[in-house]
Amino acid sequence: MQIVFIIVSAVTLFAGIQTVSNRNLFHAALYMMLSFLGVAVLYGMLESAFMAATQLLVYIGAISILVIFAIMMTRRLMQATEPAFNSQWQWGGVASMLLFVLFVTVISQVFVVNPNVQGAFFPPAADEAIRNSVVDLGVSFVSADQYVLAFELASVLLLVALVGAIIVARPDVPDNEMEEAVVVEVVESAEMEAELVEVEAAEEEPTEAVPGGH
Amino acid sequence: MCVDSENVLCTLDFGPILRSLFPNASPALAEALVDIISIITVSTFCLLIVIFLIWLERKVIARMQDRIGPNRVGGRFGLGQTVADVAKLLTKEFVTPYGADKAAYNIAPFLIVMTALLMWAVMPFTANMVGVDLNIGLFYILSISSVSVVCLLLAGWGSNNKYALLGAFRSVAQLVSYEVPMVISLLVPIILARTMSLNGIAEAQVIPYLFVVPVSALIFYISALAETGRTPFDLLEAESEIVAGFHVEYGGMKFGMFFLAEFVSTLFMSALFATIYLGGYRFMIWEALIGPTPAILELVMFFVKMFAVYFVFIWVRATFPRVRIDQMLNFNWKFLVPLVLVLILSTALVDGLFVGQDETSAWHFWRIVAHLGFNLLIGSGALIWARRNAAARGVAKPEESMRVQAGALVEGADPHGHDDHGHHDDHHGQTAAVPAHD
Repeated sequence: MQIVFIIVSAVTLFAGIQTVSNRNLFHAALYMMLSFLGVAVLYGMLESAFMAATQLLVYIGAISILVIFAIMMTRRLMQATEPAFNSQWQWGGVASMLLFVLFVTVISQVFVVNPNVQGAFFPPAADEAIRNSVVDLGVSFVSADQYVLAFELASVLLLVALVGAIIVARPDVPDNEMEEAVVVEVVESAEMEAELVEVEAAEEEPTEAVPGGH
Repeated sequence: MCVDSENVLCTLDFGPILRSLFPNASPALAEALVDIISIITVSTFCLLIVIFLIWLERKVIARMQDRIGPNRVGGRFGLGQTVADVAKLLTKEFVTPYGADKAAYNIAPFLIVMTALLMWAVMPFTANMVGVDLNIGLFYILSISSVSVVCLLLAGWGSNNKYALLGAFRSVAQLVSYEVPMVISLLVPIILARTMSLNGIAEAQVIPYLFVVPVSALIFYISALAETGRTPFDLLEAESEIVAGFHVEYGGMKFGMFFLAEFVSTLFMSALFATIYLGGYRFMIWEALIGPTPAILELVMFFVKMFAVYFVFIWVRATFPRVRIDQMLNFNWKFLVPLVLVLILSTALVDGLFVGQDETSAWHFWRIVAHLGFNLLIGSGALIWARRNAAARGVAKPEESMRVQAGALVEGADPHGHDDHGHHDDHHGQTAAVPAHD
């Protein structure tokens, strides 16, 4: 288990470094996915299957796709002429080192590292606790004693973001021309497709006029 | 009927047998070896059955279209046709197009097969024949299937071809859109069964959920059609518009991998539908009358249900024409998603009435009646609304469209419409008449 942990951590760290240093933006995004995958494996090794699946679903299935679409809209995708670092890299390095020290300090205060204990920092929970962890999680989200307020606030915030995005993306045209679906996530591809369909429809019209079929 | 728990045919629990193969290994090593054997068995089964599935699909569609289908290679029914096709694919040269992003281009076919195979890990073939009974089974399946979107994007981008990229854009739009109704419609059986484990959902069904929440089942089926990219949602590889979509630059076994993944995930969706909405390996009423069934019969039952659902997939493919991209997105976001949101709200409210009471047979009966009633109400309401809406916009007047189609048939035109324009394409050269797969 230690070996697996070390390999997965090394791959995750390597992918993370490649994400910020690779000159090809598309490859950087792929490395970012790899590092997300490594984090998902780490969650799995901590017996937290729900977190691992969430990491896959949200970060690889949704956020990475969004990032790749954003990258595909940049112009300098295939050029590696831009410098990989800008003038702020020293300050960024200092900040990340400070953050790293902070994390190590806090984690080592909370979970005392004990080489005799199995697992990364603490012994594995009992089977019963692991099996019920999803139920506990679900109950704690809707229980009035625990996190129901935070959960509902987050839902409302997401709804606000969703409605706001639709308002921003909605074109300023009269209602009778608003037939096309305005869907934020797919609007870009849908527009390209709509153009393609229109072009093809225009091209196909002459053939419609040909009588007789076969 | 089957009380002898020592008999393997009764339980189909291969764990002890596999473990007894490694008497001298340490427990951890033995477990690892057992896991590896199980993984190899399940993936080999999935890969090999595709050979049969392709033959079945070609044969069934051929019969539905009044043709004979493959009938030469390999004996009586053309059984060896797919084997010959696979051999042909395997012997082809590996080509990487000029200017392709080599890493993305080459990794995509492997990743997409991996995602298609990984989902089988939680599928219960019988109560004991299951890779791992995760308590988040359905959520695991959804998260894995969301990764396949990445593979399509990799393939489309890596090919350095605008048709491939357009195909990938279409695929992502379609897959991301139809994930929404699929996830929400799967929440309905989760609410009913109070678990996300596939075994748990199969065990929780008193009568198959298809007859308790038919609207949820229908929405899941439509979303599954779109998620696997099959007709009528196969516009992501529309030959007449974008040549072949995201895999246009792939040849040989690299193309074969995409083909393989499509069939494996279609079979998986059939198995998932069979498990969630038809009770999977269980015998339902017969169980209540006669008692527990031997596991070997359960396995047969699972396969019967799975292939029954798969047959409907083929049937749909042979029947429906392809939809357009705007129709596909409008249908999803303006019809399916609102419908499924209403459905999930009503299901939660109705099921809330039954929380915390004794689970007697009367409780089960009234719960089923309540859910079925609300489902039928919502389903028929949605259909009536859709018809009124379409009539108001002048889109669909059923009688008139029927008459038009009949007239077209009389005049000798092909009812399938736009696909056939490729045959007399003197004006535009780029829609080359690419033949369909079969």
